[in-house]
Amino acid sequence: MAEPLLELRNLRKAYGALVVTDDVSLSVRPGELHAIIGPNGAGKTTLIHQISGTLASNSGSVLFGGEDVTQLSMPQRVRRGLARSFQITSILPGFSALENVALAVQARSGSSFRLFGQASQEKALNEPAMECLAQVNLAARAHVPAGLLSHGEKRQLELAIGLATAPRLLLLDEPLAGTGHEESQRVVETLRRLKERLTIVLIEHDMDAVFSLADRVSVLVYGRVIATDTPARIRENPEVRAAYLGEEEMV
Amino acid sequence: MTEIAETPSAPMPSLSTRFEIVPIVLFAAFAAAPLLAAYSGAEGYVLSLLTRVMIFGIAAMALDLILGYGALVSFGHAAFLGLGGYAVGILASHGIEDALVQIPVALAASALFALVTGAISLRTKGVYFIMITLAFGQMLYFLATSLAAYGGDDGMTLSSRSLLAGTGVLKNDFTFYWVCLLCLLGAYAFSRSVVASRFGRVLRGTRENSIRMEAIGFQPFRFQLAAYVLSGMLAGLAGCLLANQAEFVSPAFMTWQRSGELIFMVVLGGLGSLHGAVIGAAAFLLLEEFLPEILHSLSFFLSEEARSHLAENWKMVFGPLLILIVLFVRGGIMGLLRRPHHG
Repeated sequence: MAEPLLELRNLRKAYGALVVTDDVSLSVRPGELHAIIGPNGAGKTTLIHQISGTLASNSGSVLFGGEDVTQLSMPQRVRRGLARSFQITSILPGFSALENVALAVQARSGSSFRLFGQASQEKALNEPAMECLAQVNLAARAHVPAGLLSHGEKRQLELAIGLATAPRLLLLDEPLAGTGHEESQRVVETLRRLKERLTIVLIEHDMDAVFSLADRVSVLVYGRVIATDTPARIRENPEVRAAYLGEEEMV
Repeated sequence: MTEIAETPSAPMPSLSTRFEIVPIVLFAAFAAAPLLAAYSGAEGYVLSLLTRVMIFGIAAMALDLILGYGALVSFGHAAFLGLGGYAVGILASHGIEDALVQIPVALAASALFALVTGAISLRTKGVYFIMITLAFGQMLYFLATSLAAYGGDDGMTLSSRSLLAGTGVLKNDFTFYWVCLLCLLGAYAFSRSVVASRFGRVLRGTRENSIRMEAIGFQPFRFQLAAYVLSGMLAGLAGCLLANQAEFVSPAFMTWQRSGELIFMVVLGGLGSLHGAVIGAAAFLLLEEFLPEILHSLSFFLSEEARSHLAENWKMVFGPLLILIVLFVRGGIMGLLRRPHHG
C-alpha cells in the first residue's frame, strides 16, 4: 500500500471539558477522495481547521507527505501543498474572479515584495489563473467582481483558488453548502473531474454527492471516527446506522 | 475555453484609469499656483500656505497607503512627522545642515521606528491597533518634550532652511515650493506603483479577507509591516519638509490631535485613492485657514458683534462641518467627484 499523503495521529482538540476532536487517527491515500461525514456538531469543521492549521491541536500530530506539519502555520502548510476551502464562502469580494485566482498563483511564484510593475497585467500570473477558472467553468466570468458572482459561482471560484495554489491535497469544507440543485450538480461535476488528478478530503452533508464521489468514507460522531471504509460498506455498517443514520433517512 | 483563456490581457476598465483626470487637474493646479500667487499681492502667504498643503498632502497620502489600502488605522502617524522634523532640527543644531544627509537620516529613523512599533502593533487588531499606535505616538511626543537640549516643550527654531548639496537654494520660497511639489509627485508616483504592484495586491487582499490570504499561502503580517514601514518613511519625509517650511520644530508636530487630523484628512478626501488624501489635506487646511472669513461674510445678516464672535469661534462650525461631510458624503470628496460618472 502506498504511503499515506495525509496522516492524522491521535489528534485531539478540547474547549475546556468539551472534547471536539477525540483521538482522531486517519490516513488519506494519494489519489483518493476521502469523505468525512457525521451529524451536525460532530466536529467536522474543527477537524478541517486542525488539518489546515487554522486551529492548533491540543495533542496528536498531522503528517503531510511524511512530514510532521503539526507546528506549522496555515500559510506554511499551503506552501507544502495543503490547500483548503471554507464552509462559509471566503473570497475577496472587491477583486475580480481572475484576480482572486491570480493572487493564489502569485503566492507560489516569485516574490510578492515587488513594489513596481502592474500585478494585474502579469501574464505569468493571469494565464495559469485563467486555466484554473476554466477548470471550474468560470472563465467567462473572469472579469466580474467576485462579490457579484452567484453563490454557486462563488463556490466554484473557491475551488479555482484552491487549485491555483497547486495543491497536492485539497481540503473541502462543504463545497455544496447553500447551493441550489442545479448549482450543486455543477460543483459535483467539477469535483468529479478534479478527483482524477488530486487527492481530496471532502466534508459534505449532501449524501448523494458523498456516496457518488468518495472512494472512502470516514464517519465522525462526537469527535470520534467510528468507521472508515468504502461507501458501500459504510452504508451497511450497523454502528454507523445506529449512531448517525438513525436520525436521518439512509440514502 | 481556450479562446477566452488567451484574451485576459485586454485592458480592463479599472477604477483607477477612469478617474485619472482628478490627479492631473490636482497636480496642474499645484504647478500653476505659484504663477498665480505672483499676481495675488500676497505671494509669500499663498506660497507658504500651499506648501503646507502639499506637505500635509504627503503625510495624509502616506497614511492612506496603510489606512485606505490596508485598513490599518494608525492613530500615531504624527510621530513620523515629528521624527522627520526632529531629524532636521537635531542634525542642524549639530551643524549638519545639508538635506542630502538630513533626509536619509530622517527616513532611516522613521523606518526603524515603524519597524519596531509596527512589529508590536500589528500583532493586535481593530481598536487595539488604534490604541497601541496612539500610545507609541504619545511616547515619542513625551520623549520630545523631555529633550531639554533640543528645546523641550518649546521646541527649537532652525537658524535657516536646510542646504541642498551645500547650496542655499531652499531659502528661496519659490524653489522650496517646487521641491515640495516634486516630493509630492514623487511620493504619489511611488505610492501608485506600490498599490498596483504584487505587493500592493497582497496588501489590498489582506484588507478584504486576511483569512483567505492565509489560506492561499500569504503571511499578512509581513506585508502589513512592510507597508507600515513605507508609510512611516513617507510621513517622515513630510516631517523634514514641514520643519523646513516652518523653520521650527516642536513636540506639537506629533501630538495625538495631529494624528487625528491626518486620519480626518484621509477620510475627508476619500479612502484608498491616494490623490483623495491630498485633496482631503487641502480641503482641511484651507477650510481651517479661511473658515473664519467665510463665516464672517456669510453672516452678513447678523449684527457686527455676532459676526465677529462667530468668526472668532469658527471651530464650533469647523468640527460639525467636517463630521457632516464624513457622515453624508460617502467616499469623501473623491466620492463626490466620482458620483456623476456613475449617474
